[in-house]
Parts: sequence; structure tokens; C-alpha cells
Amino acid sequence: MLTNEIIKQRLKDKFGELVYNMEEPYGMLTFDTDRDNNLKVMNFLKEDEELGFTYLNDLTAVHYPNNIGKELAVVYMLQNIRAGIRIRFKVYTDISKPDVFTATGIFETSNWLEREAYDFFGVNFVGHPNLIRIMNVDEMDYHPLRKEYPLEDQTRIDKDDDMFGR
Amino acid sequence: MRPVTHNTKVKIVEAPQGYVGEGFFTMKMSEAIGLARSNSIWPLPFATSCCGIEFMATMAAHYDLARFGSERLSFSPRQCDLIMVMGTIAKKMAPILRQVYLQMAEPRWVMAVGACASSGGIFDTYSVLQGIDQVIPVDVYVPGCPPRPEAIIDGFMRIQDLVKSEDIRRREDDQYKNLLNSYGIQ
Repeated sequence: MLTNEIIKQRLKDKFGELVYNMEEPYGMLTFDTDRDNNLKVMNFLKEDEELGFTYLNDLTAVHYPNNIGKELAVVYMLQNIRAGIRIRFKVYTDISKPDVFTATGIFETSNWLEREAYDFFGVNFVGHPNLIRIMNVDEMDYHPLRKEYPLEDQTRIDKDDDMFGR
Repeated sequence: MRPVTHNTKVKIVEAPQGYVGEGFFTMKMSEAIGLARSNSIWPLPFATSCCGIEFMATMAAHYDLARFGSERLSFSPRQCDLIMVMGTIAKKMAPILRQVYLQMAEPRWVMAVGACASSGGIFDTYSVLQGIDQVIPVDVYVPGCPPRPEAIIDGFMRIQDLVKSEDIRRREDDQYKNLLNSYGIQ
């Protein structure tokens, strides 16, 4: 029976100090790894017979503007369907050079998910076959979910800022 | 057996003012055309979200938009007189809405149903068009989030008033052409 303890131990044995900040919020194993190490960790989790995380649940990004030098986090969520266990791991990157290796070679589904993360956060997935916007209009010249951009539409002139809480 | 009953309260529209004589009747051309047009408007529902659900109720038996001469919904813009835009229009959708409007033949009318189509509504955000009047000219705005079928019918009757009183040369005059030019439509 696969448990978080076993997964932790296998990761520690394989990667040692390269996986860190292990936590279990609400019972879900979460850890960080280095930016250049993401594919090695993911491949290990997928290909290992015992671990068998063969399904990429989700891939997204988070912007932490106060985390200097590690502003952008890319979050991967993997599932072992047979054991019904999900885990999550993150890599951090500098916003001025947001390069992360693409996971399209391991999970086909990450193609669209990485396009979404690129669209909204501007993460540059190195090696992605077709890194273009997927949700927003092609003419958009910024990445709207980064914190430096206001959420509201800036083209309005008729809305009173006091009344609308801008 | 119940006796067969007929509806004795049928109303028909009144004829416009004119001059009646032996075997002829004269009146203004624009009034006759306005009367015919306003009671046979073919709407094109451009429904993208919850206001479209209210429109479905408006079209169905209970509210019955067909009473106003509009039982013929057309899903081809080329045959329509009125485009009813119901729901949030994302910025990615704006060129499509504009394209549909351009495919309609003159004379054409536009109705913005609900807060989103009129002003962007609660979606004051980077991805949503802040009112369809940014891309096409609008004749009637219907408030509500979503508006009740009564409100949609009221908006439709305001459109009928416009159609009825519109001069038949309006679409050729400079004011109308300037309006379209301000939207970049030739």
C-alpha cells in the first residue's frame, strides 16, 4: 500500500538534498525542487514501478512578487490513479528569466497546460513545441495574472473609482 | 362536451392615418413600411450566457415572443433584422460579434440584453469587452442581471417603436453613415 511516507523515502533516497520543503497540508504531499531538476523528478515519479504517478492532474503557475529571485512558481500536480494518491511539487524561477523545461516529453497533456501558464504568467517553457497564447486574444501584450497588472479593465473611463473600489 | 370557444379578444394593429376614398386609400409610404417591418422582425439570438436562458423562456409558450410577429428566429445573420446580444462578450468574441453584425443586411437593429452586453456588468476585468457598443452601434439597452422575460419583451417593444417610426431614408443619410464610420464600418 502506497503512503506519503513511502513516497517521501523514495524521493529522499533518489534525489537527496534536491527535494526539500516537504509538507503535507490536508494530507497531500507537497515539496519543492530545483528548477533544472523538474523533469528528472517527474520522470522518476511516473516511471517508477512502485510510485506510478502516471497522470498529470494539473500544471499551473503562481506569482509571488515579494519572493525576490523566485517570483514565479510552476506547480505540478500528479496522481497515482491506482492508489488514489495525489502529490504536488513546485519549482521556482526568476521573473526576469522565467525559463523552465517543458514537460511535454513526459505528459502530452502538459502541452495545453503550459500554453495556459505561458499565457497568464509568461513562463517560458523551454522546448515546448508550440508556445503561443491559448485563452486570451493574440494581440494581448502582457501576462494578465501577474500581480503588477490590475485585474480591472483599464479602458473604462465612465466608472467612478470611488464607487467601484478601484 | 364543452362547447367550442373562440378568442373574441383578438387585436389587430390599427391602420396608419390616411385619406380614404371610393376604392382607394392613401398614406405615407414610410408609415406603411414601418408598420409592416415592426410586426415582422426576425431576431437573431446571439446568446452567450445566462441572459440567453432568459431569452429561451421569452421565446417559449409562456411569454411567447411570437405574439409580436417574431416567431421566426433566424440563426443566419443574413436573413435577420434584429440582433439580440445576450450575455458576456469576451474580448476574443468581439470580432466575431462584429462579423455577425456586418453580415446582416440593412436595415438592421441591435439590442443589448443584460448588464454584461450593455456595460461589461460585474466582469470589470481584462478579458471582457466593456459593453458591445465598443464594437457595434446599439439601439436599445435592456438592464438586468439577467433581465426577466418581461424586460426583454419591453426592450423588444421599444425596438418595435423605433422600427415603426423610422424614416425609410434614415439609412442613407449622413448622420447614420457617420455613426457607422465611427465604428469603422463603411
